[in-house]
Amino acid sequence: MTLGLGREALDALRRDRTAVVCLVVLGLLVLATLAGPALLDYREDEIDWSHMAAAPFEAPGHWLGTDRLGRDLLVRTLHGLRISLAIALAATLVSLVIGVAWGALAGFRRGRTDAWMMRFVDVLYSLPQVFFVIILTVVFGRGSFTILVAIGAFGWLTMARIVRGQALALREREFIDAAIVGGAGTARILARHVVPNLLGPVIVYATLTLPQVILVESFLSFLGIGIQEPLASLGNLVADGAAELETAPWMLAVPAACLMLVVFCFNFLGDSLRDALDPRDR
Amino acid sequence: MRLAPAAATVLQPDGAMRYKCRRMTTLAFVLRRLLGAIPTLVLVIALSFMLTRLAPGGPFDEEQALPPEIRANLEAAYGLDEPAVVQFARYLRGLLHGDFGPSFKFRDFTVGELIADGLPVSLGLGAGAMLLALGFGIPVGVLAALSRRGLADRFVMAFAVAGMSIPVFVVAPLLTLVFALWLRWLPVAGWLPGRPSDTVLPIVALALPVIAFVARLTRGSLLEVLRAPWIRAARARGLAERAVILRHALPAALLPVVSYAGPAAAAVLAGSLVVETYFGLPGMGRHLVQGALNRDYTLVMGMVIVYAALMIAFNLLADLAYAALDPRIRRERAQ
Repeated sequence: MTLGLGREALDALRRDRTAVVCLVVLGLLVLATLAGPALLDYREDEIDWSHMAAAPFEAPGHWLGTDRLGRDLLVRTLHGLRISLAIALAATLVSLVIGVAWGALAGFRRGRTDAWMMRFVDVLYSLPQVFFVIILTVVFGRGSFTILVAIGAFGWLTMARIVRGQALALREREFIDAAIVGGAGTARILARHVVPNLLGPVIVYATLTLPQVILVESFLSFLGIGIQEPLASLGNLVADGAAELETAPWMLAVPAACLMLVVFCFNFLGDSLRDALDPRDR
Repeated sequence: MRLAPAAATVLQPDGAMRYKCRRMTTLAFVLRRLLGAIPTLVLVIALSFMLTRLAPGGPFDEEQALPPEIRANLEAAYGLDEPAVVQFARYLRGLLHGDFGPSFKFRDFTVGELIADGLPVSLGLGAGAMLLALGFGIPVGVLAALSRRGLADRFVMAFAVAGMSIPVFVVAPLLTLVFALWLRWLPVAGWLPGRPSDTVLPIVALALPVIAFVARLTRGSLLEVLRAPWIRAARARGLAERAVILRHALPAALLPVVSYAGPAAAAVLAGSLVVETYFGLPGMGRHLVQGALNRDYTLVMGMVIVYAALMIAFNLLADLAYAALDPRIRRERAQ
């Protein structure tokens, strides 16, 4: 069943040219963040005293120029992208685990358990989330770990709702009854029978969560309450660039273009996956 | 078919009384929603209070350690030596009187003063952005839907996709670059009372992503509504296309837009942090960011509570608009 779903999705994706392009672009970017900094001549915190705020291609070895401290912009952007992607992946994973477990349990148990669990989700949902993330960064200090936890703490809510809806429907199917008759416990039924059948919507929503996390993290880093210098993130690179807008527009252009490309590709990929996996179309 | 006589009774002489009845239920609806908002607000307050108490270190941990007596005096002055429950009760009581406590870093100001200072600016900014987003996004979406697959449609959809992928903190510098630095039409940043041109770029920067989303939503839902049978019926009665679109299709098509208004307000409020910081506007968002950087707990708490209250209020307004547009909800309430 899972295999069939995956193959169907792959076929649908292959027919969608733009989605393939997005996938290739994302793959190349990930490859670049992993291999790029090692292949380039400069380290991300290395100051080139003779080339400060150099334009792209102006100084040897600095392909996309340098920032006002003479640090190579390409290397810093790749590093920033690496951090942003790592946080996005980790926070998405956190929200995935909590959301799927919560939603699957609520949907499977139904009744009062379900009501209370989803009520809790509703209440958290009604909070202004970005502002609570800010409170958390104030309380636990600024840094990547706080951001990860703070975003993960709120990111799972939608996932839980989606999974619960699916689990409620799944519960009525015969193979669940068969598993119950076979003597399987709740944990086993959830892990072996419910969750594998939820993979489609979960993958779609996880793909759409990634760009959201990247945006929230960059937003905080832009304001100075996220990733701190000398570490680079797309957000604080954009903030640096915005400060040098008139004299060195490339300092804004490079990280901003990178950010938008990544967010756009993930969004588009998520939409295509949804079209490909949407059970309504089958 | 059975719907027709029921609809006709509205026009009978007792129509006025029915109307009055509905007004009453609207009032009840508002009151119920207001009451429902109180637990959420209390939860926001309690959660932010608890979180700030969890923080390692206190507000008086400076580089130079204070002598214990002075520290004890300071903590007594701010009431920090009492049990957390007592502190929370006092904080709640203060809030009811509009007292948000003192700011720990802006020593001469209370948090309430800082809020009163920034709220009008932030409210004006947010209201302007929402008005612009709806006032521009909806017509653009209608235009796109009417020229489906035409030039205008493609243009609008491309703009919508771009607008949704470009975050506010990239839009704001780009707008500044084009309209302030290159064209020199508007000031780069700043805030002078009585200079409305200061607000143009911030409002546009805040509104652009929302415009994109609203346009896309309107287009999609209008296209769907136009396929509905009652639209065909309206056309069959020989109504002008204009009336079909504006009077019959649009109100129904706006429902998803109205339910998006809540998330949109949240986006605008979060975006206003960026816009106020970037353009140097003296609003609440800048105080909040400053407070977060200074780890000024009372300030951050107060600001978050006000933002939460604003969001709750806006969601209530959106619900009311939804009920006004959707006759099904109205009828449910009247029963």
